[in-house]
Amino acid sequence: MSVAYAILFYIALAILVIGVARRVIMYAKAPAPLKIPTTPAPTTQTGVVMRLFREVVFFESLFKSTKWTWIFGWMFHIGLFAVLARHSRYFNSLMPAEIVGPLKYAAFAMIIGLVGLLIRRFAVDRVRYISSPSDFAMLFLLILIGVSGAMMTFVSHTDITMVTHFFHTLMWPFDGIGQLPGDILVWVHLLLVASLMIIFPVSKLLHAPGVFFSPSRNQVDNPREQRHISDWAKKLEQN
Amino acid sequence: MAKVDYEIPELQEYVEVPELESGTMAHSAPYVAKPEFQEPLGYVGEVQDDWKEKTLDAMGDMLGKYRGLQVFMDSCVKCGSCTDKCHYYLGTKDPLNMPVARQDLMRRVYRRYFTFAGKFFGKLGMPEFVGAKELEREDLDEWFSYYHQCSQCRRCSVFCPYGIDTAEITMAAREILARVGIGQKYSNEIIGKVYKIGNNLGLPGPALEDTLEGLEEDVEDETGVKVLYPLDKKGADILLVTPSADFFAEPHVDGLIGYGKVFHEAGVSWTLSTTASEAANFGMFIGSYENMRKISLRIREAALELGVKRIVFGECGHAWRVAYSFLNTLAGPFDFLDPEYPVPQHILEFTWNEIQKGTLNLDPSRNDDMTLTFHDSCNVARATRMGDEPGGQFTIPRNVIKSVCNNYVDMDPDTIYEKTFCCGGGGGLLTDDLMEIRIKGGMPRMTALNNVIEESGVTHMAAICAICKSQFTKILPYYGMEMDQIVSVHQLVSNALILTGQVDEDDEDTDEEAA
Repeated sequence: MSVAYAILFYIALAILVIGVARRVIMYAKAPAPLKIPTTPAPTTQTGVVMRLFREVVFFESLFKSTKWTWIFGWMFHIGLFAVLARHSRYFNSLMPAEIVGPLKYAAFAMIIGLVGLLIRRFAVDRVRYISSPSDFAMLFLLILIGVSGAMMTFVSHTDITMVTHFFHTLMWPFDGIGQLPGDILVWVHLLLVASLMIIFPVSKLLHAPGVFFSPSRNQVDNPREQRHISDWAKKLEQN
Repeated sequence: MAKVDYEIPELQEYVEVPELESGTMAHSAPYVAKPEFQEPLGYVGEVQDDWKEKTLDAMGDMLGKYRGLQVFMDSCVKCGSCTDKCHYYLGTKDPLNMPVARQDLMRRVYRRYFTFAGKFFGKLGMPEFVGAKELEREDLDEWFSYYHQCSQCRRCSVFCPYGIDTAEITMAAREILARVGIGQKYSNEIIGKVYKIGNNLGLPGPALEDTLEGLEEDVEDETGVKVLYPLDKKGADILLVTPSADFFAEPHVDGLIGYGKVFHEAGVSWTLSTTASEAANFGMFIGSYENMRKISLRIREAALELGVKRIVFGECGHAWRVAYSFLNTLAGPFDFLDPEYPVPQHILEFTWNEIQKGTLNLDPSRNDDMTLTFHDSCNVARATRMGDEPGGQFTIPRNVIKSVCNNYVDMDPDTIYEKTFCCGGGGGLLTDDLMEIRIKGGMPRMTALNNVIEESGVTHMAAICAICKSQFTKILPYYGMEMDQIVSVHQLVSNALILTGQVDEDDEDTDEEAA
């Protein structure tokens, strides 16, 4: 069974990495024929980096828009970020123990944020109207991942050493794959995580790489100073 | 005021976010362009049997040409941030006027035919699980209806965490529809006129000449000063490109009078051009790069032909977007012009420079009969800049107004600057066949205006866009206001500007008495 999970994780990782890479390459290659930053926009490249930083780290535009969505959305994302950082201990020991300890509470931020977003999706008629079943499914999936993970930290401890060993052997499988603890929560948690990795490149989760390629956010406002022209548009000029 | 069989929204103290009411605007659609208006623009005349193939081909082509469209199709997480931001939703309650729902009309087809998830669940017979949908003929009609209830104002893009801009999707949808044979009559007919005659209104050269001579006489009668309004004058320093509404309609023409007076006092030589007698570029509205480029090239042609050194644009919103953001791309490089000046310049940049230099003798008390507010036009606010600093598009027009008027009040901060509400008639909707959506979409702006009228005694609203001015002139009466409460910014400049050697009628009397 542990071997099956090992194979599952190899496949999921391959799909995640290749899928996202293909998408990113496609975004990068697609031409942006016109200057369309939403203004007022930065007039320098440094300014654009700052704008994207504020957008990615603080969700600046969402903050301007609706405070509830911002609070829940930001809680979830920052919680997820902390939880992911804490999971690095299964792969290396770079993170000091005094950080690993307190970071476990980030799971609550993540779950509360997700539940808030879910309630909003049900309760606000406008948001309910625009939701597909997959939008709800995605939230449930994340909540289950968060809850199953938090339960292992706060309710029913699992054998961390075995889990760490398993993932270490995944990184170097030639001496055999380690055993996962016989704990239902671990199996459920890992199965859901693998599903999320597989879904990522074919779903709206692509907003993560997408935001960096959004021309309304990543373009410099300098059309008068510098001529901007795409390759396909240049061909029109040769006629 | 024409009779209408629909409800005009009643203005409240605040714009409340309405509860959804499905289908309230499903009947709204502009006239479809006849083949005679489609073909000159390079589109097929009518819908053919292969409409489905054509739609999907066109969509694939647009996705490959526009990174924005591709990224915007993929990135939406349905967070709902944009749902209460569109003036058309606020004014109509129709859920399909929420920006994300409008986008989804195209996105669900994109998801079905261009993504793994949509293809997979499509084959399982449940595409709707992942927000996908089979393309049917009725979808195109729905697109035609709701993509003509978007004024491409970009207000939603300000609030989107990924910067998704519905304007880009609306433009792409209209281009796809036109390629399938469902073009919009209003825009396509007008573009045809630009190609044939040179401007949106179809004013031929001799008519322009007459009009301009008339203006010269009017200004001379009023001020005693001969201010020139030249046409096709070779060797002039500045080519002025302005929306053709400026040539005759009120309050537009008062703005044109103002530009001429400013140029006169600044001591520069300038000219209009018959070839480029139109700043507007409806190629943007229909999402057609090729048509937008063809229209823009007339300006390059005119500048070369007349041998000017600079290009200045008159007051117009989307025209300034095409000019500021796209002209260099579409019709550049402009290395034959004077590199000392940005290409192109906005007339407000020019006037503000002159005011700072002190070349204009301004008497703001001449506008004391008015208390002004200013409507930020959406394209100027969210798609362009003026001056060197981000946000100059907000400060420069206000600086100019405050230099020529003593009484100025801003509207609610949530309805100006980057959060400005569209007039309701932008993006190719300024046509009588879309009157209902124009009136309803104007509600948020009308609410903010009404509030400053009641609370601060505002009498007039200044605008810098031909479409805004025409739209407001038309819809103000539906909301119980007067059509002449909308003014051009350069009309205010013109009122306050005392020309060198100007003799006012009152002054004449005084002079006589003194003599």
